[in-house]
Amino acid sequence: MNEAVKFHFVVDGDDFTSAGQASVQIKKNLRQLGISPETIRKVSIAMYEGEINMVIHAGGGEADVLIYEDRIEILLTDNGPGIANIDLAMQEGFSTAPDNIRSLGFGAGMGLPNMKRYTDSMQIDSALGKGTRILMTVNL
Amino acid sequence: MTVAEIARALSLTPITVADADRTFSGVYVGDLLSWVMGRAKSDNAWITIMSNVNIIAVATLVDVAVILLAEGVTLDESVRQTAEQKGVNVYTSEKTAYELAAALAGLAT
Repeated sequence: MNEAVKFHFVVDGDDFTSAGQASVQIKKNLRQLGISPETIRKVSIAMYEGEINMVIHAGGGEADVLIYEDRIEILLTDNGPGIANIDLAMQEGFSTAPDNIRSLGFGAGMGLPNMKRYTDSMQIDSALGKGTRILMTVNL
Repeated sequence: MTVAEIARALSLTPITVADADRTFSGVYVGDLLSWVMGRAKSDNAWITIMSNVNIIAVATLVDVAVILLAEGVTLDESVRQTAEQKGVNVYTSEKTAYELAAALAGLAT
């Protein structure tokens, strides 16, 4: 019973318009598992923001979702350029996204803050030139 | 109030009608997608001028009742198809976002 239910997704970095496939899929998976709508909303939005970040900044990456009895963990990993200043990146309104991304309605500097807002804990490990690993937990 | 009822009352033009009987509750106006994801609520009517495919993902994740495109904005065929596949209600109107919001406020009273 303590074994986690696991889902793994590859986030395609080449196609900005397909970003969100993993989070829409996880929404369906969680619904099938009988997870509450509010928790599904938190997990899927946090994951979508992560997906968008990986596409904008890192050329894609991977997302793993682990569902335990008492919590859901979302692990996002990429091999992108890394985050130079995590404190700054966590501030609402700070963004390094290019103009073409802004014209699509993203790049408002709300991605990481939203991920924090919708999860109970968030841990960012990032190294310049190596990539970023984000672990988010939503308690059940 | 249902999506079909506001469509009729505001003379909205349908783009995709997935569930016209869905009830909406409250209105959110915004074009910055992360902002919308952070603030809009489930069952809201979402007024925007954005028309790229990401609005369909946002609408699905937030679970808004309907997307109302203001100022005569429409969807490309590929985006329309995505909305249809995901079961998202989308309507368009020549009205501005303000006019749509004001009209919806008038209906709610």
